[in-house]
Amino acid sequence: MSPVIEVRGLTKRFGDRTVVDRFDLQVARGQIMGFLGPNGSGKTTVIRMLCGLLVPDGGEGSCLGHDIRTGSWAIKQRVGYMTQRFSLYEDLTIRENLDFVARLHGLPERQAKVAEALKRLGLAGRKEQLAGTLSGGWKQRLALAACVLHAPDLLLLDEPTAGVDPKARREFWDEIHALAAGGMTVLVSTHYMDEAERCHRIAYLAYGKLLATGTVEEVVAGSGLSTWHVTGPERRITRLVEELARRPGVAMVAPFGATLHVSGPDAAALDAAVAPFREEADLAWSRGTPTLEDAFIHLMTRADDDRRGNGA
Amino acid sequence: MTRPRFAWHRLVAVVVKEFIQMRRDRLTFAMIVGIPIIQLLLFGYAINSDPRNLPTAVLSQDNSAFSRAIVTALQSSSYFRVTVLAQDAEELDAMLARGEVQFAVEIPTGFGRNLMRGDRPALLVMADATDPAATGNAVGALERVVDGAMAPLLDGPLAAFARGAPAVDLRIQRRYNPEGITQYNIVPGLMGTILTMTMIIMTALAMTRERERGTMENLLAMPVRPTEVMFGKLAPFILVGAIQVAVILGAATTLFGVPMVGEPGVLAVGLLVFIVANLAVGFLFSTIARNQLQAMQMSFFFFLPSILMSGFMFPFRGMPDWAQAIGEALPLTHFLRVVRGVMLKGNSLAEVWPDIWPMMVFLLGATVLAIARYRQTLD
Repeated sequence: MSPVIEVRGLTKRFGDRTVVDRFDLQVARGQIMGFLGPNGSGKTTVIRMLCGLLVPDGGEGSCLGHDIRTGSWAIKQRVGYMTQRFSLYEDLTIRENLDFVARLHGLPERQAKVAEALKRLGLAGRKEQLAGTLSGGWKQRLALAACVLHAPDLLLLDEPTAGVDPKARREFWDEIHALAAGGMTVLVSTHYMDEAERCHRIAYLAYGKLLATGTVEEVVAGSGLSTWHVTGPERRITRLVEELARRPGVAMVAPFGATLHVSGPDAAALDAAVAPFREEADLAWSRGTPTLEDAFIHLMTRADDDRRGNGA
Repeated sequence: MTRPRFAWHRLVAVVVKEFIQMRRDRLTFAMIVGIPIIQLLLFGYAINSDPRNLPTAVLSQDNSAFSRAIVTALQSSSYFRVTVLAQDAEELDAMLARGEVQFAVEIPTGFGRNLMRGDRPALLVMADATDPAATGNAVGALERVVDGAMAPLLDGPLAAFARGAPAVDLRIQRRYNPEGITQYNIVPGLMGTILTMTMIIMTALAMTRERERGTMENLLAMPVRPTEVMFGKLAPFILVGAIQVAVILGAATTLFGVPMVGEPGVLAVGLLVFIVANLAVGFLFSTIARNQLQAMQMSFFFFLPSILMSGFMFPFRGMPDWAQAIGEALPLTHFLRVVRGVMLKGNSLAEVWPDIWPMMVFLLGATVLAIARYRQTLD
């Protein structure tokens, strides 16, 4: 079966700034693809190109079997796009917003569908409330309800859980998994590592370039990072951060509470770097596995170095 | 609690920020320079509250030295410009009704012969008085013009006429508004002006509001065509326009006693075209403006010449040709002729058609431009 999203060499420039640079991506049906990368890395731009809101300057690709350049009308029919910023009408009620979307899509049995969506949302009792008066978590649920109303084949979610509390985020992801189980394909951008870990596959983007793609384990393994964890007295740990960061072979030193994660791309070099400190009596060392976050920060730092190296 | 003291550095901080923002907003800057220039040009060169060279049709059924002298005198006076020599009385009436001429002069058969006999023949001058301001001064000058034309001919045996009562019985008909009531002209005109203002501003905000509130992205991501958005946004305002029309028409007839001589149906046709034309302009602005302030500024930019050059505030024929040409391009100019024509003159659809189709052309142009400007992407 052909992939739901398949793009090759996708490029987008704003003025002389290349925002997305020869980007390749494949997403299979029913998959939840996590889309990660620092702010301004081009995630939103890629999503907008996929659903026809931006015209790519280079590259080609298809979305749901339609060419992204010429088939945007057909793509729009079968895609649900949830924008980063709440973009429903704040001066319409919850029901009126859903009703508007349902009418635009020309859904049969519109009122029943809207009522069902309201019920599933748990908003049936507040359906006459203005959308603008909802809290962040409810706005996000409403936006999701609006973009799945027409039962799309592909969901594009742009940082859907930014600024939403952990419980609401958990529920949101349960919903995403339920939708994917029903055959919907999901591309979701996020900054949260725990969310990335709930995706089937992830793609990591920095400076418009795809740096890594695969399952979480594959991406972590692919980063080639090895890690030590060290615990000790608070004051010693605080000083240790600086001391370790200066050593060759150490790429990252990050405190997690009382534990320090020390990582480097070359296992031997890292071992040599930490060796002098391993003798210290009040420090406890253990080999750790790098987290996804370690992998990402490492990928990004390396991308930074590459750019400087290229004189960019 | 102590009240913080006024500090210059904070004032300067705000002033500097405001200047930076002002410089970024080019349209506001253009307004600051543009509005005074436009006003100066319009008031200085275009607007004339004492209109001259008013188009005049003459029907001369007499071929005598006297009738020729009258036509020559009209021609050489600064108020009248003889544009048409009519063949019969019906043609005169029709031209007045269509507003092609401001004055129609009828010189009856045997004018010269009767004058020589001392019979004081009638000289009929019909003025289109729908706009009293446009005809007032010309009518006032008429007697002087006619006397001046006659004077050189009244010598020898006719010299007696020159001393006594006027040799010609000058009859002036103020058509459509015999009492010269200003409200008859202003109130129907106000309908067009108010519609222009409200319709354009309301729709000008239509797309910019979507953009400013961030709802544009969602709208564009859904399957909807530009024409569907455009006419969907315009349709409710046709109703708003209809309500305004009802209010103004009600007030016009009850408070100001403005007559409704013609068919309301004819007026309704003109109104519909005019309202939609204005809505389309507003929508066009909203596809160009980046924010609501700019949309308001563009509306004002359009409204200013509309009100000054359409013949609403100042007589249309009082403006020089270039200003009239600009005026002809504005829908309000044509609508004013339609509304005055129907309400005061009782014009039929055929008679107002010359002013309906230009509004249709305008509507079509604005729609095509707006759809071309409408961005279906965020590029």
